[in-house]
Amino acid sequence: MAHTGTHSQPVRSCLLLVVVSVCVQQVHGVWPLPQQLHQSADRGCLSPQRFSFTYGRDSAAQTGCSVLDAAFKRYFSIIFPDFTKGSENRLQYVWSEPQPFVVSVSVKTGGCDGYPDEDSDESYNLSVSEGQAVLRSVTVWGALRGLESFSQLVYQDDYGSYFINKTEIVDFPRFAFRGLLLDTSRHYLPLHAILKTLDAMAYSKFNVFHWHIVDDPSFPYQSRTFPDLSNKGAFHPFTHIYTQSDVMRVIEHARMRGIRVVPEFDSPGHTQSWGKGQPGLLTPCYKGGVPSGSFGPVDPTIDTTYKFMESLLKEVKFVFPDSYVHLGGDEVSFACWQSNPNVRKFMEKMGFGKDFTKLESFYMESIMNMTAALNRTSIVWQDVFDYHERIPQDTVLEIWKGEKYQAELSRMTQAGHRVLLSAPWYINHISYGQDWRNSYAVQPQNFSGTEEQKKLVIGGEVAMWGEYVDATNLTPRLWPRACAAAERLWSNEEKTLNADLAFPRLEEFRCELLRRGIQAEPLFVGHCKHEYDGL
Amino acid sequence: PFVLQLDEISLWPLPQKFQSSAVAFKLSPGSFQIVHAKQSSAGPSCSILVNAFRRYFEYMFGDLKKHEKSRKKVYDSDLAELQVWITSFCSLCVDELSVDEPSAVLKAANVWGALRGLETFSQLVYRDDYGANNINKTDISDFPRFAHRGILLDSSRHFLPLKVILANLEAMAMNKFNVFHWHIVDDPSFPYMSRTFPDLSQKGAYHPFTHVYTPSDVKMVIEFARMRGIRVIPEFDTPGHTQSWGNGQLNLLTPCYSGSSPSGTFGPVNPILNSSYDFMTQFFKEISTVFPDAYIHLGGDEVDFSCWKSNPDIKKFMVQQGFGTDYSKLESFYIQRLLDIVAATKKGYMVWQEVFDNGVKLKDDTVVEVWIGNKMEEELQNVTGAGFTTILSAPWYLDYISYGQDWQRYYKVEPLNFPGTDAQKKLVIGGEACLWGEYVDATNLTPRLWPRASAVAERLWSDKSVTDVGNAYKRLVQHRCRMVKRGIPAEPLFVGHCRQEYMGL
Repeated sequence: MAHTGTHSQPVRSCLLLVVVSVCVQQVHGVWPLPQQLHQSADRGCLSPQRFSFTYGRDSAAQTGCSVLDAAFKRYFSIIFPDFTKGSENRLQYVWSEPQPFVVSVSVKTGGCDGYPDEDSDESYNLSVSEGQAVLRSVTVWGALRGLESFSQLVYQDDYGSYFINKTEIVDFPRFAFRGLLLDTSRHYLPLHAILKTLDAMAYSKFNVFHWHIVDDPSFPYQSRTFPDLSNKGAFHPFTHIYTQSDVMRVIEHARMRGIRVVPEFDSPGHTQSWGKGQPGLLTPCYKGGVPSGSFGPVDPTIDTTYKFMESLLKEVKFVFPDSYVHLGGDEVSFACWQSNPNVRKFMEKMGFGKDFTKLESFYMESIMNMTAALNRTSIVWQDVFDYHERIPQDTVLEIWKGEKYQAELSRMTQAGHRVLLSAPWYINHISYGQDWRNSYAVQPQNFSGTEEQKKLVIGGEVAMWGEYVDATNLTPRLWPRACAAAERLWSNEEKTLNADLAFPRLEEFRCELLRRGIQAEPLFVGHCKHEYDGL
Repeated sequence: PFVLQLDEISLWPLPQKFQSSAVAFKLSPGSFQIVHAKQSSAGPSCSILVNAFRRYFEYMFGDLKKHEKSRKKVYDSDLAELQVWITSFCSLCVDELSVDEPSAVLKAANVWGALRGLETFSQLVYRDDYGANNINKTDISDFPRFAHRGILLDSSRHFLPLKVILANLEAMAMNKFNVFHWHIVDDPSFPYMSRTFPDLSQKGAYHPFTHVYTPSDVKMVIEFARMRGIRVIPEFDTPGHTQSWGNGQLNLLTPCYSGSSPSGTFGPVNPILNSSYDFMTQFFKEISTVFPDAYIHLGGDEVDFSCWKSNPDIKKFMVQQGFGTDYSKLESFYIQRLLDIVAATKKGYMVWQEVFDNGVKLKDDTVVEVWIGNKMEEELQNVTGAGFTTILSAPWYLDYISYGQDWQRYYKVEPLNFPGTDAQKKLVIGGEACLWGEYVDATNLTPRLWPRASAVAERLWSDKSVTDVGNAYKRLVQHRCRMVKRGIPAEPLFVGHCRQEYMGL
């Protein structure tokens, strides 16, 4: 395992007999890098027997706070993996009395039973001194981020003793929206693969799970209103679906880690699988004056389509608590619409001429309005902006096209829209070598525009599209490659421009992920103390 | 008998001769048996077959314990048993498999052929929509196109836990690979625990206890491979790629000089000291007894001459030997002495192509492995033209990844597509898919290797004419699902699903 920063000061420790032989002391990094971090060479010893988390007296949250109670339990095992595995070396305490260590957590506001949202304050202050750490935050979500940082500060020496250095951290995210997209349509991802991803997201301080849940190849979401969608549109109606309780589990697992779940129901394109369980929804394509038997995008010319979409979106609002819904709107092929005489008639009636982008616009506008009426904020892919003039102002636009994304950022923010950047972070695209460096080099606010415009960039997303990814290779392909974007979205850019400086810290973090059971692939030649022992 | 469900059958690699009819038989897990044929020269004492019978029964029907022998009704159309008949007299090494009621017969010249046939038989069994196991009336004669079908794993750049190596041996058997080329040590680490020189791993491994292969680990790998008809060829690459050797064996490596004083860094093995050869003699004596295979890979690639050039003693030696400034002559000097040492252990040897390219005088029976992608055809022509047996790995460096279906590129390679006589072509005895370890460890090795290496497997086993990528895709999709079902996390080829998805993590 790689260690950053070595100091050769005399070591103060509760383990005197062993310490005699220790002359080098390690300071451990935190990923993503906190906004302000001051570490001293002074270190203290932690003993699992005398370690505890507690709520500060002035904390608005106290025992019974679901989010933090669960986090204390989780982080105890993360910090002391040997303790829960029962293989801890007790011999060390024969020589000295273990000292207590208390992490006191204080939050200003309660909200333990709520969900994180776009306005959640994730800032925290962490102060580690002898025998104690004080963690202060505004919300429980900020406390979660602080607990994560705390857990990364603890390290074990070669004799198995746990240490933490005196540390002061003032931290807050650079961007409010730090997302990761998983695609469960091109390949079905078993629930445990999603839950595991959420665990790893929390370790990197991601806070939005963008669930691209359905698409052309399959419709695994089991709808309560339209059960036929998954009955007929999933790869298999029983084994390859997400039941309502599966979805609830994902949302709750995410909530416990301060992660929002934003579902995407992409239309009018990317909907082939919808058509199987909802006859009449998709546009019949024509060939030589007769229906060809194949189908195109959602049929935007008939009322039943909008009734269906409204019912579906109502259900989505009911099932997914987040205030955002992703409506897709990308890559709509006009060929099928063009072939269909009813669509052409409709175009004429509406005065759209031959401009099918107007038809697409008409459709997207309708469902964006529907979404607004349900008190939800729409996210759409950049295509919707590229082709349409009138987009409701509070719609969030997501940039996915690789070329010239800076120019697109300028245009969108100039038009006053909030923007998410994912174009440079399509990490389903793989290549030989250390491609995390490309992700790391991205500067999301480096485009021509005013300060006001820059503020409209609310964050970004790492996208792991599913063409070539399923449970067999998802985790090592995601981690630690996604960590590069995690740091870009959380940390101060000025302090994290140099990938070579980040490398040892990332290498260490990936070993920490392994230690926590996340199958993160290697960055380069080397080894970890605790290798992955799965398959 | 039922009608054949063609898309359920997906043999990989495709057998040489294959005839199947629409007549299907049921196999009942409760009563089906794999037995030794009466005439077989092998019996219950043949551990390889007995173990294989159990393994393939479990592949086909799942855990034995789940099947109480309670099924009362036996269909008329049931296939009751598979008889495995080792002939041992057969002069041609053609394995025959015929499936017809009431029993299927697998005829093979030896146990290794029987293992390949069992794999094929297991691939013929498919489950219908009612969950019943079926097999169609089938006749197969099969044999490999190339004798050497290898996978290279690199356990030096990253340590690979035993479990991962064993799992990949399993996957290799599913793809009829028969050589595990174990690139066991290299610059970054020396995980092989030597009995003769324990300091090599003590000081050269990433960790002397957790990141090593003990003698019993190595034994286990060899035995596990043997049970699956897989040879284990270890590679101890010298004189370059030996940085980790130097940690535990002082004075083995050449001290590099900066100006007129030693710089503190080291280069390749020091070829001018007798102690180097004494060491190699003892070391390879051990290796030759630990690894039973008739071949040892001696490496010999990428020797950097700059350190040798910097060292005054070496320069003096060059003059003495009359090598001038041609350091490939020094390399040649080293390799020739090494070959003598290894020849004395009665082993054959393989080397990387540079040894040939640099004009090292090789013994006639040296196997040369072609790995440099550029001008591969020319190299094959030259190596075989000089009369050397050859193995091709250049087009199959699977550690190089890219977006999309790169398996097709591996599949389209024709190893004998180089200018040369028939005699030259016969010298190409096979190929290897290499997964070097710069970016690979236990976390991502298996999905990165499978099913991409399966493309190489079919190229090396099946007839030259088997080149239809569309057909291969359909079979390979099924084959990868079969691997997933058997517990190998083989990654997807493209959008789609398997009935049983990978449940690990």
